[in-house]
Amino acid sequence: MKLVIKDLEFCYASRTILNKITMELRPSEMLGIIGPNGSGKSTLIQCIDGLLKPKMGSILLDGSDIKYISRKDMAKKMGYVPQTTSRSFFPSTVLDAVLMGRRPHLGWRSSDKDVRDVIEVLRLIGIEDLAMSDINELSGGQQQKVLIARAIAQEPSVLLLDEPTSNLDIKHQLEVTEIIREKVIERNISAIMAVHDLNLASKYTDRIIMMKDGKIFDMGTPKSVLTAENIRSVYGVVAEVINNNGGSPHIIPVRSLRRYKSAIMGA
Amino acid sequence: MDMTTDKGTAMNTLNVDITDEEILNRYQKYVGRKVTFIISTIFILILFAGLAGSIGQAKITIWEAYAAFFAKFLPDYFTANWLAETTVWNLRLPRIALGIVTGAGLGIAGCIMQGVLKNPLASPYTLGISAGASFGASLAIIGGAGIIGGQYLIIGNAFFFSMLVSLIIIGFAGRRGATPETMVLVGIAILYIFSAGTTLLQYFGEESAVVQSVFWSVGSLERASWSKVYICSAVVAACIPLLMLKSWDLNILTTGDDSAKSLGVNVKHIRVYTMSLISLMVASIVCFTGTIGFIGLVAPHITRLVIGTDYRYLIPASGIVGAILIVGADIVSRNIIPPIIIPVGVITAFMGGPLFLYLIMRRRMGYF
Repeated sequence: MKLVIKDLEFCYASRTILNKITMELRPSEMLGIIGPNGSGKSTLIQCIDGLLKPKMGSILLDGSDIKYISRKDMAKKMGYVPQTTSRSFFPSTVLDAVLMGRRPHLGWRSSDKDVRDVIEVLRLIGIEDLAMSDINELSGGQQQKVLIARAIAQEPSVLLLDEPTSNLDIKHQLEVTEIIREKVIERNISAIMAVHDLNLASKYTDRIIMMKDGKIFDMGTPKSVLTAENIRSVYGVVAEVINNNGGSPHIIPVRSLRRYKSAIMGA
Repeated sequence: MDMTTDKGTAMNTLNVDITDEEILNRYQKYVGRKVTFIISTIFILILFAGLAGSIGQAKITIWEAYAAFFAKFLPDYFTANWLAETTVWNLRLPRIALGIVTGAGLGIAGCIMQGVLKNPLASPYTLGISAGASFGASLAIIGGAGIIGGQYLIIGNAFFFSMLVSLIIIGFAGRRGATPETMVLVGIAILYIFSAGTTLLQYFGEESAVVQSVFWSVGSLERASWSKVYICSAVVAACIPLLMLKSWDLNILTTGDDSAKSLGVNVKHIRVYTMSLISLMVASIVCFTGTIGFIGLVAPHITRLVIGTDYRYLIPASGIVGAILIVGADIVSRNIIPPIIIPVGVITAFMGGPLFLYLIMRRRMGYF
């Protein structure tokens, strides 16, 4: 599945959120979207899934504009994992929650086979022991895994993830990202992941899109995008970038540029 | 090195001791419990209906009541004396049937409204649909230019105004950027407007007409007759399967609008579709019974506490529980101070309120 985005623009009333976004997602690729708060990462992801209607530009999925694809057909092609918020759900078991991912492929009844498929997905994610637990009683990390499981049960060709690790501890951050990375390889799907942690982006994605003020600031391999200069101009942060022989770059934030400036001015 | 990889795999394989079969088994048992609940509530409803059929001025035993009921369909197997048959079929059954249809309709309406509006307080009553019906009826009774006796004027008015309320709410649902919260707030605003309208009418109305309009607005099964039962049950019976068809979409809607859309649900369509059917169903019930509060609110919550949120089971179960509550309340209403019959709407609130409080105290519902 190939996704091409051309000159995408999105506005809320008078404020332009996305400005002339042109990019593509290659088959079996994991693409990271990074950028400061308010740079348009979530909006871009929601536009791609058709949840928000862009003002201009086109989003082509294997050549056809998503404007003309029905919600149900979209659901067979794209799986969306929203940001975890600590919202309460109506009580539901994890198994039932993930079974909802089968909806685009189901009629009214769910068969034992669907339940088995769901159990398999739970096993892939490693939460099969939670199958019969109430989703409200799970930790943030576990709820995030349930949402990812549901998106995978959808059997999409493209996974869209909106900061899937923002509320998680280090172990769960790594675990969740590794799971997504594995699925991308195993199931031959592509993924777009908005992420705050630059090191996670560096370690797990094939390419990175760096956004600033609704525009694409830079695009390319982690090594080419995650440079000290880029981080300085996009985030206003002085960072040290360690390129350990050929591997993914490692970013160590040093200080924010603003405090640095005011410190100089104070002196 | 080996140590760490071992640890890693140990972590991953920690929970492998549970097999697919075990999970499937537990899931089937879990679904089985819901089916069992539905079947047992059906039996309770039949029991209550029999009880309601046997209680009254003419002394009939519960078995005579059942026999009188079945004698009509299977005369070879059941026989009933003339007294039992006429009492049951002409006096008590229309009332019981109207109670069952009303309870089922209101229970299902509340259950689906709470789902599509994502608000545990949503019900036909709290969203002003019943208030609209009351206003319509009062308008006919008090301001009806001397046609007070015209039965269809009152019913027609009540139906028209409750549909009007629903259409306003649905209209707001179709607007851009409408959230479930706006729909609930719109409903509450309408509730106040129509209550004020009714009060105004009553303030200026003639005494006898005011009394009649108050009697009308307190929900009761007094006005039950077979022709009303036929109309109500035809509408309710047509709406229920159409609503149940959307069970999966309703399940998915509980995960939030964005998630639901990305799972292939046309959120706006499902809101307008279900609200339209519910409005039709509720309007055709309340125009005959008046405002019976609480059933639409309480029946779905009681059911949800027992069997969870899956709408494939929750919709029929809420309907049956609603029917049980009304038939039960009707039995109580006729037996507290006989021969005076206290309106069933009062009893449902008096019984439902404490029951609801008890349930909230006993078990946190998890969603409010």
